[in-house]
Amino acid sequence: MKTPLRALLLTALAIAATFGLDPFRNYQLATTAACFAAVAGLTVLVGLTGQLSLGHAVLMAAGGYGFAFTASAVDGPWPLALLAGLAAAVIVSGLLGLLLGMAAARLRGPYLAGLTLALVIALPSAANALPLGGDQGARAPFFAVPEALSALIAVEQWHAWLAIAISALAVTPLVMLRSGRAGLRMRAVLDDETAAKLSGVDPGLVKAGAFVASAVPAGLGGAILAVATQQVTPGGYGLAFSLLLVVAAVVGGLGSIGGALIGSVLVVVLPWVVDQLVGALPADLGQRLNGNLAVLLFGAGLIAMTLAWPGGVARLLDRLRAARPKRRAPAADTGR
Amino acid sequence: MDRLVFLLSAGLARGAVLALFALSLVIVWRAARVVNFAQAAMAVTAVYAAFAVTSATGSYWAGLATGLATGALLGAAAERGLMRRLPHHAPLPGIIVAIGLVMVLQSGLAIAFGPEHRPMHPPFSERPFMIGGVPVLSPYDLFVLIAAAAVMGALALLFSRTSLGLQLRAAAFAPETSRLLGVRVPRMVTLGWALAVATASLAALLLVPTELGLNPHAADLLFVNAFAVAVIGGLDSPVGALLSGIGVGLLVSLVTGYASASAAPLAVLGLMTLVLLVRPGGVFAPKEARTA
Repeated sequence: MKTPLRALLLTALAIAATFGLDPFRNYQLATTAACFAAVAGLTVLVGLTGQLSLGHAVLMAAGGYGFAFTASAVDGPWPLALLAGLAAAVIVSGLLGLLLGMAAARLRGPYLAGLTLALVIALPSAANALPLGGDQGARAPFFAVPEALSALIAVEQWHAWLAIAISALAVTPLVMLRSGRAGLRMRAVLDDETAAKLSGVDPGLVKAGAFVASAVPAGLGGAILAVATQQVTPGGYGLAFSLLLVVAAVVGGLGSIGGALIGSVLVVVLPWVVDQLVGALPADLGQRLNGNLAVLLFGAGLIAMTLAWPGGVARLLDRLRAARPKRRAPAADTGR
Repeated sequence: MDRLVFLLSAGLARGAVLALFALSLVIVWRAARVVNFAQAAMAVTAVYAAFAVTSATGSYWAGLATGLATGALLGAAAERGLMRRLPHHAPLPGIIVAIGLVMVLQSGLAIAFGPEHRPMHPPFSERPFMIGGVPVLSPYDLFVLIAAAAVMGALALLFSRTSLGLQLRAAAFAPETSRLLGVRVPRMVTLGWALAVATASLAALLLVPTELGLNPHAADLLFVNAFAVAVIGGLDSPVGALLSGIGVGLLVSLVTGYASASAAPLAVLGLMTLVLLVRPGGVFAPKEARTA
């Protein structure tokens, strides 16, 4: 029961931290929480089963749409609407994840990546062809600050609280899954499918299950974004965003939840920092660099990371920790 | 009926471009056992080079030649500089590096040339010929078909009839044995990449004048559709790429004409999913050996 305690502690810490941030930073914190949920799902999928999904933005969008439509339809007190929306986000993204997972169980590396890429490209078409509100997207309900708290906090801070709580709900089961029996099976399938089969592990089942387990946090991430922005649009979940999720997972270190957190902070904060710096440049050059320079840096980072440090930031930190003289018994570190 | 003939003839030209791009994916897959996810970004970079030369000299053909040369150089450079340094046992690092390359190239192009769409003019008229009052292929469509057919024919000859083609195939099929027999395998892999990206650049060069204009994302949809084509035909099969390229081109044209433009990507996605679930190796692939 170490993981839930640690999750509770981190959640409390993050909520306490919102008091030190201005409204815009709190909005960024909510966005980071959304990315963290999705990237945590992606990093477990890629790192533990070796299945690369370029389409996690679509799973987020599925969760976001499920949340927006259900929460808007519920006519009741706000906690009910929120919970119903979250349940819908879990169901919709889980079902889409199951479909993809069933395909993934039969496919290898490049095929799955291509299929999920096609899915991202088809999202705007799907938004127009299905009753999803077209390019305008769907409106999500606005969650106002509860009266008891309204004297204390602003609406952005309240949304950051909701975001942190949902993200904790999404990631904690994933951490437990990863360190438990399911994680062991995923690693077995990644290492040697034939050997896993001989040991009574069904690779197809494990792969499909891993995809669902990875889709649900992504869907909850989409729900967080719907809470923070009050809308879901297909344009918000395009190829660029989907690739950013991959960047966050790779740069943080594939398979590492802590790395996913570092990566998500990076993909939210770095573009903003770069745009601030670029804003100081003359208008023409600034307009060209705006938005593009960050992508250029991320792309270069992705290549450099894969060539030089395949373990990402998480592995790098581990190595630094290992290089430091140890004060504790080594057994204390196995709980991760 | 008129509409059907027009859509079919337009689909034929579109299918030729798709088949050409899919063929480039097949070449690189056969040479190095990777799917180059950066193929579209590299091809668009070559198109930008062609665009710059064409606007400087006023000659479409000088631009075309520059584009093809840039594509070949980019392919060789990517293989020598990046792909060769990666571990070969898993496909994941190659895909991730290719995605990084996509981000670098596309944002680099947007920074260098600006994000707006640049109009590119085709060298021939796009007004269709009228046969018995029915609009069919335009002169430009005809040029696309002839160019695609010529390149595919030349590639087929290269791979099946020349000593270089034999070395290319041998290096991809049995690298260690061919190295023992004196084939310079690393050079063949680099050559395969150069050939593939040049072919992809030609496909993008043929496509862009018929689209909204040149921008860093101009070939994204082409890549996705061509990937679907390569998967449907089987990544190992050039003939499969050709046939399913024409087939998917016709499908996209018909769906766009009779349903809506936004339904076309969904139709391609559906078809690809179906093929992947029923025959993961592609329609034209030989049976896979059992693993357990």
